[in-house]
Amino acid sequence: MSVTPLIEMKNIHKRFGGVHAVEDVSISLYPGEVVGILGHNGAGKSCLMKMLAGAMELDSGEILVNGENVTIKNPRDSRDLGIETIYQSLALADNLNAPANLFLGRELMTSMGTLDDSRMEVATRKVMHRLNPNFSNITDPVRSMSGGQRQVVAIGRAIYFDAKILVMDEPTAALGPSETAMVTDLTKQLKSEGIGIFLISHDMHDVFELCDRVMVMKNGRNVGAFKIDEVTPDDILSLIIIGKLPEDWQPRNQV
Amino acid sequence: MTNKNTAVTKPINKLSQLLKASELDTRMLAMVGILITVWLGLNLATDGIFLTARNLYNLSVQSSVVGIMATGMVLVIVARHIDLSVGSIVGFTGMMIAWMQVELFPVTAAWNWPFTIVIGLLLGVVIGALQGYWIAYKAIPAFVVTLGGLLIYRGAAFMVTDGRTVAPMNTDYQLLGGGINGSIGATWSLILGIIAICCVALLMYRSHKNRINHGFPAKPMAIQIALFIISATLILGFVWVMNSYNKPRSDIARGIPIPVLILIVTVIAMTMLTKLTRFGRYVFAIGGNPEAAELSGIDVKKVTMLIFALMGLLCGIAAVITTARLNAGVNSMGLMIELSVIAAAVIGGTSLNGGSGSITGAILGAVIMQSLENGMVLLGAGSAERQIIIGLVLIAAVWFDTLYKAKQR
Repeated sequence: MSVTPLIEMKNIHKRFGGVHAVEDVSISLYPGEVVGILGHNGAGKSCLMKMLAGAMELDSGEILVNGENVTIKNPRDSRDLGIETIYQSLALADNLNAPANLFLGRELMTSMGTLDDSRMEVATRKVMHRLNPNFSNITDPVRSMSGGQRQVVAIGRAIYFDAKILVMDEPTAALGPSETAMVTDLTKQLKSEGIGIFLISHDMHDVFELCDRVMVMKNGRNVGAFKIDEVTPDDILSLIIIGKLPEDWQPRNQV
Repeated sequence: MTNKNTAVTKPINKLSQLLKASELDTRMLAMVGILITVWLGLNLATDGIFLTARNLYNLSVQSSVVGIMATGMVLVIVARHIDLSVGSIVGFTGMMIAWMQVELFPVTAAWNWPFTIVIGLLLGVVIGALQGYWIAYKAIPAFVVTLGGLLIYRGAAFMVTDGRTVAPMNTDYQLLGGGINGSIGATWSLILGIIAICCVALLMYRSHKNRINHGFPAKPMAIQIALFIISATLILGFVWVMNSYNKPRSDIARGIPIPVLILIVTVIAMTMLTKLTRFGRYVFAIGGNPEAAELSGIDVKKVTMLIFALMGLLCGIAAVITTARLNAGVNSMGLMIELSVIAAAVIGGTSLNGGSGSITGAILGAVIMQSLENGMVLLGAGSAERQIIIGLVLIAAVWFDTLYKAKQR
């Protein structure tokens, strides 16, 4: 395959005091691909993704976006490279409405240099309608929305700003079943549009439904990266828990 | 006209629908209700002295200092901080202005008072920014930094002249305090009132047109007209009251006092800052969720520092009005005013949990606070009783805020 990967992270290291949070991890992401990043709490997966999102700086290693070496120092750098991040904690300002949140940090301005709330509201309505036609209470503070609607606002950001790369850190952890299904559908839709997605998830069902490839992390290290049809959920659990595959393991699609 | 069936629904439903359609804040309406109750109660208790033109004129001047500072305190509290040093900053910058104006430079020189005002305001900004720097970049809680500031700048205010009172100020400068000549007269007051009404009409029309252009539902015409009539009546009523108070031993009307004009300009500027600029939006975002603000690429530290610098600027403005009004620099200026300012912001609906608050609310809060103070003075209450009442009102306001939030959930 001669396509340039959207993202290549090479030999990433991150240390906190004596603890290796991320140790020599390399991973790539191609257009239209969902790569799952799995592991226990504290395995280093969120940490790895935070370095991509600009919420954390790496100690050593390289990040290439579209084949070019880049430095990501803060969330703004990350966004400017077309990377959008959706957090498990639903990183929204609860007291602001959907348009204010969607455009937070990148507001549309009038020619007079003031906030253009009407234009932001119109744009938000368009994006939200595409994602979820039932979305109505757009000018209420997002505090009054359900978890699913709030996650739609977060995903709406990625769509409006035309992200090429999406990092989803347990996007459905705080959601109910129907909302989870909605976010899963959205993820598939984004994938079909050629967006590359890193998905952090604990939900094996989601992982096997959405991912093309998976990487399992344990104690900050990559303990195995596979195409999804090479492994079973049990294989992945084994990697997550003891950090290795069963003795007699062979790629499942070759058995 | 379009939906006749809603007219037959129960009156309560209709009222709540009307409120919703007018997009007025119920909390704000409650505050207006409280203000009216306080005014009527005090008027009764003082045998009609409270609602005289003379007293309302004084009340408006008294409210302007607290009001100006409260607009800044709203932003500070919205961003989840507190500023306890504002009274001391008023004391120190006020003493510096007075000392420079009277003792350092020739007091009668025409350039003197504008020049000392500029230096005073800059001093306020620098002090505020410095405190903001410790809070934002060194992560020291605002409570601690500004509690330190409360002591530091009160001490500094004393040191400017070793506790001596400096007086009198430049005669032109005194006008800024709203004294005998410190108002703009009947004609100008009326002209300003009419301009203000035109502005209200223009703003309402533009917002209406904007909504229609973007396909949003417009407010019902009847409500818009009612809102306009209420605003116009309030503006004209205010001008009429200010024009009904004459200068001593004459029939020349005073008109709107200059400090109140400064307050109005401050309120307009601060409202625009919070509603129309990125800075204002970011202050609220930080108050709502500091982490989300950071992850959205907002420079939270810089915004935080700017909030405190702005608070310092407003303290400088308050110091100018205070020294001009006293016609002197006294090192106890602004003593304990931080409590009135914080109370005004909180009574005006600024939540101590951060994330919500409004400039208009804070002004209402400042007027309520000053009405209580003013009324108690008229009733002959001493400063001891006044302090007790203000303290109780502050606690009651926060209690009300807690109740209101619990009900919302």
